Amino acid sequence: MTGGTPLVAQAPKGPDSLAAAPVSRPRRSFGRIWWWAVFAVAVLYFALPLIGTFAFSMRSQPLFSAYAVVTDDPQFAATLLYSFVVAIVTIIVSIVLIVPTAFWVRLRLPRLRPYIEFITLLPFVIPPIILVFGLLRSYSGDPLPLAGSDFGSDVLLVAAYVVLSLPYMYRAVDTGLRAIDVRSLTEASQSLGASWFTILVRVIFPNLRVSILSGAFLTLAIVVGEFTIATFLARPAFGPYIQLLGGNKAYEPAAVSLISFGLTWIAMGLLALIGRQSRQKIQIAGAH
Amino acid sequence: MATAPPLNLRGAPPARPGGRLSWSWLGVLPFFLFVLLFLVIPTLYLLVGSFEDKAGSLTLQNYAHLSEPNLADSYFASIEISLVTAIAGGIFGFLVAYAVILGGLPSFLRTAIMTFSGVASNFAGVPLAFAFTFTLGASGILTPLIEALGVHFNIYSKTALELAYFYFQFPLMILIIAPAIDGLRKDWREAAENMGASSFQYWRHVALPILTPSLLGTVILLFGNAFGAQATAFALSGGSINIVTIAITRQIRGDVANDPGVGYALAMGMVVIMAISIGIYSWLQRRSERWLR
Repeated sequence: MTGGTPLVAQAPKGPDSLAAAPVSRPRRSFGRIWWWAVFAVAVLYFALPLIGTFAFSMRSQPLFSAYAVVTDDPQFAATLLYSFVVAIVTIIVSIVLIVPTAFWVRLRLPRLRPYIEFITLLPFVIPPIILVFGLLRSYSGDPLPLAGSDFGSDVLLVAAYVVLSLPYMYRAVDTGLRAIDVRSLTEASQSLGASWFTILVRVIFPNLRVSILSGAFLTLAIVVGEFTIATFLARPAFGPYIQLLGGNKAYEPAAVSLISFGLTWIAMGLLALIGRQSRQKIQIAGAH
Repeated sequence: MATAPPLNLRGAPPARPGGRLSWSWLGVLPFFLFVLLFLVIPTLYLLVGSFEDKAGSLTLQNYAHLSEPNLADSYFASIEISLVTAIAGGIFGFLVAYAVILGGLPSFLRTAIMTFSGVASNFAGVPLAFAFTFTLGASGILTPLIEALGVHFNIYSKTALELAYFYFQFPLMILIIAPAIDGLRKDWREAAENMGASSFQYWRHVALPILTPSLLGTVILLFGNAFGAQATAFALSGGSINIVTIAITRQIRGDVANDPGVGYALAMGMVVIMAISIGIYSWLQRRSERWLR
């Protein structure tokens, strides 16, 4: 969504702004109080539900016992592990699908770019609830009864998550490709006798590391707690587990909610870390 | 499906104008095949089903059912919730973004707000719903305080859902609108001031016209974002609130479905609304890029 807007260079401070400063100072400082107030409301809105959840989890005695109970629950580790594995597989499939496609389109089929871009916007038009509805109906019977088996449902889950990741992964990779000279790199590699596979894996891929990582962490954040698709495919994932816990326990759901928030925080923190190391624009927003 | 595209490409001949195209297409085949299997076919299935009756013959009856009070209400409620949270979240998100970028606040606050917005805009679904339940629900932490103020708050209400959606709506606004605010050049303001423009005039005639496509586009995106959300609403209300995504949930579960076609029509109605909003969004986004480069 934010891709494609290059960082705007700061305008140099000219003598005009120096001259104007004393005149406008009283108004500006009044304005600043107002902006501090806006900022404070935002912080309050961010913090209150988290503080409330934390306080609620502390009602269980002794202190932190809700966290102990949850982390001791084998289901907690099992569902979290399942969701992580699904996320990793999703990210790998997404990379294998999108990097060669975006590379090839840039190199050989530039006319196709608008269409690919349009397709990668489609997951915003088809929300998860509709996607899983269609997947369930399409693959419940012949010729491909995927939803009928555990493995088939895993395949559908990964496929659905790859679809969710398309907009972010494609944008990230496409922005990354824009920053490198794909044609020269390819021709140079070819003249040295590199195969297409070598070019992709050893030339293009390393150059896209930052883009791919940013797409990967965003996918991770979206996938690990995902509820809608995992529930309807009856997968033992982390999102449905939290929901189930909410129906059975009092304080533990508060603990898990905060843990889940912490996981999102870690994924986003890593994303911000990559962003700081590169000058490239990184997208950090998902959709629901 | 598992075959990596590069393997298909090894046989591609060197660039020659004539026969190149037919081989080049092979390179994007895996992508199109994937999209066909897991995005196009499922959607087409619902689309075709929405025009069929139980016997499988062509009908418009399924769409006529959408005017029944219960289903029509679910659309109205979804649209209302999405509009309210998109506009309120859009305005507030814009103010916060403006505050940390141009409001003269220390710059580390900007980094903090942007990072937190990244987390909050992705913190949706069940944990978010629970966080609001534990804070404002029947036995929530803040509930006694609010009751003492004389406000009776129902966690199963539309208002509660709007408050929860607001949690991911305004951070998303901050993230998307920040580059647009960054794009407002200092020279424009100085030029306006040199010509004697007041702050109001600068906003009225310079800044707002430039920002309008971005602002409108992002608010529409927020609308779609709320409209398609299911997990948060489901977890917050236990599936009792009547919005479109929950109505579709009931259709998939088969609780009310004696007629699958109605469920498909319900889904297609949603796709149409999403398509319109995303279409307007990307059109406005392209318009706004003209100034912000």
